Amino acid sequence: MSINSLDSGRMAMHRRRKRINAIALSLSLGAMAFGLFWLIWILFETFRLGLGGLSLALFTEMTPPPMSETGGLANAIFGSLTMVALATFLGTPIGIMAGVYLAEYGQRTWLGSTTRFINDILLSAPSIVIGLFIYALVVARFKAFSGYAGILALALIVIPVVIRTTETMLTLIPNAMREAAYALGTPKWRVISNITLKSARAGVVTGILLALARIAGETAPLLFTALSNQFWSMDLGQPMASLPVTIFKFAMSPYENWQKLAWAGVFLITMGVLALNIAARVMFRNKH
Amino acid sequence: MAATLPASPFPQAQDKARTEPVGEPPVQRKASPWADIVFSLLAHGAAWLVLLLLLGIIGSLLVSAMPAIREYGLSFLWRSDWDPVKNQYGGLVMIYGTLMTSIIALLIAVPVSFGIALFLTELSPGWLRRPLGIAVELLAAVPSIVYGMWGLLVFGPILATYVQQPLQKLLHGVPVLSRLVEGAPVGIGIFSAGVILAIMIIPFIAAVMRDVFETTPAMLRESAYGLGSTTWEVVFRVVLPYTKAGVIGAIMLGLGRALGETMAITFVIGNMNQLDSPSLFAAANSITSALANEFAEAEEGLHQASLIYLGLILFFITFVVLALSKVLLSQLKKGEGSRT
Repeated sequence: MSINSLDSGRMAMHRRRKRINAIALSLSLGAMAFGLFWLIWILFETFRLGLGGLSLALFTEMTPPPMSETGGLANAIFGSLTMVALATFLGTPIGIMAGVYLAEYGQRTWLGSTTRFINDILLSAPSIVIGLFIYALVVARFKAFSGYAGILALALIVIPVVIRTTETMLTLIPNAMREAAYALGTPKWRVISNITLKSARAGVVTGILLALARIAGETAPLLFTALSNQFWSMDLGQPMASLPVTIFKFAMSPYENWQKLAWAGVFLITMGVLALNIAARVMFRNKH
Repeated sequence: MAATLPASPFPQAQDKARTEPVGEPPVQRKASPWADIVFSLLAHGAAWLVLLLLLGIIGSLLVSAMPAIREYGLSFLWRSDWDPVKNQYGGLVMIYGTLMTSIIALLIAVPVSFGIALFLTELSPGWLRRPLGIAVELLAAVPSIVYGMWGLLVFGPILATYVQQPLQKLLHGVPVLSRLVEGAPVGIGIFSAGVILAIMIIPFIAAVMRDVFETTPAMLRESAYGLGSTTWEVVFRVVLPYTKAGVIGAIMLGLGRALGETMAITFVIGNMNQLDSPSLFAAANSITSALANEFAEAEEGLHQASLIYLGLILFFITFVVLALSKVLLSQLKKGEGSRT
């Protein structure tokens, strides 16, 4: 084999490698564009169709019957806000305490590692199954769909999210801080509540915001717990309207006024969830 | 140190400072012995609650599904008739729908997410990396009902006109393939559901894959670049083998999401219990959409129990998939320490 043919063989291989590289990288660029394309398209449609349905009546009037001219989403917005707030209120302390256990007490115990494992699974478990669970536990027993059942179902979704972030944030706190506090004779519960949890506060709040964002858009667990309600109701013992369930009902219907309201609702939810996510991000970055 | 200290507020005490403590002797605070115990119990209790939650979910679903389990046993998995009027139930149609939509979603989402992760870790200029990463993560946060509604009212009709109809024309007369695209072009069915699911799980998989790729030690990548590898070779021959377990874990995580996703599918799958047509564009049903549509109106008894049985099957499948993903992802974390 002459040196020349060896060289040309090498050059051919070199060119081939370059070519494969160029193809792969353009495909990768294409994939990125593909991903962004959907984001932009979905947000664009949500804006376009959602802004058209926005009006003051949205916040002041009840969900209308089909084919009527007026009507808003007031009862659904109120129901959503109430249930999301109470569910967060209920789920957060449990989530924080379990996160504290994982980071401060049971880092190496079997209970710790099992809980961590189970929690990571619950984090992505189908939310509709949570709805089934609460149905069997509460709705079937009391023979009634109720706002309480909806709150419970949402709270069960809050817990894993808060546990996960609390634990991550607490493990970021350097051990030297704990040791310094112990050296001053501080009891463990004070070390946790006044030193570690306090320094991890921004991270924990980030987790709560993310949990809020997560349940604000959840539909499946509410379908057969809180059900829905066409009228204004502040009674948590009654079925309660919520934004996502109302959107589901309205969007699947053939009535134009319902579909319009559904788009407005989707716009509200998307904006709320994105705002919460951005707030969480800003909050976390300012502190860390 | 001393220079930065402010002047002592007690001038008269300054001389004695070395020998006597300033001011009152410290109050000895008694730590209540109970506080520690109560706090620890609360933390332990919360952790147990999570375990009980899982057991509670499995237990209550098992109990509620009992009538259907007793009636059909495992044959529920391959019985395809679902008829509330005749009180006959079988889960095959829904299980098929769930698996098929998830498979289509993975086929689309895995290569795209890999491309995005590759772009974010190796290609993107530094200033673009952060905003693009955030955009991908925000896409993951958009509630599924938004995807579902967009899929039904915007994407479905477009898919029918620009994908299904040309495919029908193209494959007209071809024996097997033409049956896959038959049906009225309304834009609902297994294929649209799969596409919407793919769009939904792309950000999940891409974000995890990016994190996984970033665990590759810089030394390994730089050595490969130093030997003259192209970017693609570094990713395909160095990064990918190193992070194999994590990449599969990321895909499993996406699969777990896809299997359990409710709203995005319920909007576009069409909710029809049929297996007669193999067409990907015919209305079908999945476990989650059957639950979402029928459960609130289902009569107590066999109908409800069968739906809960479906939920139990879904929970079981996702549990296995997610557990597998978790194990694979944590393997990578362990390997990280030993190999660098």
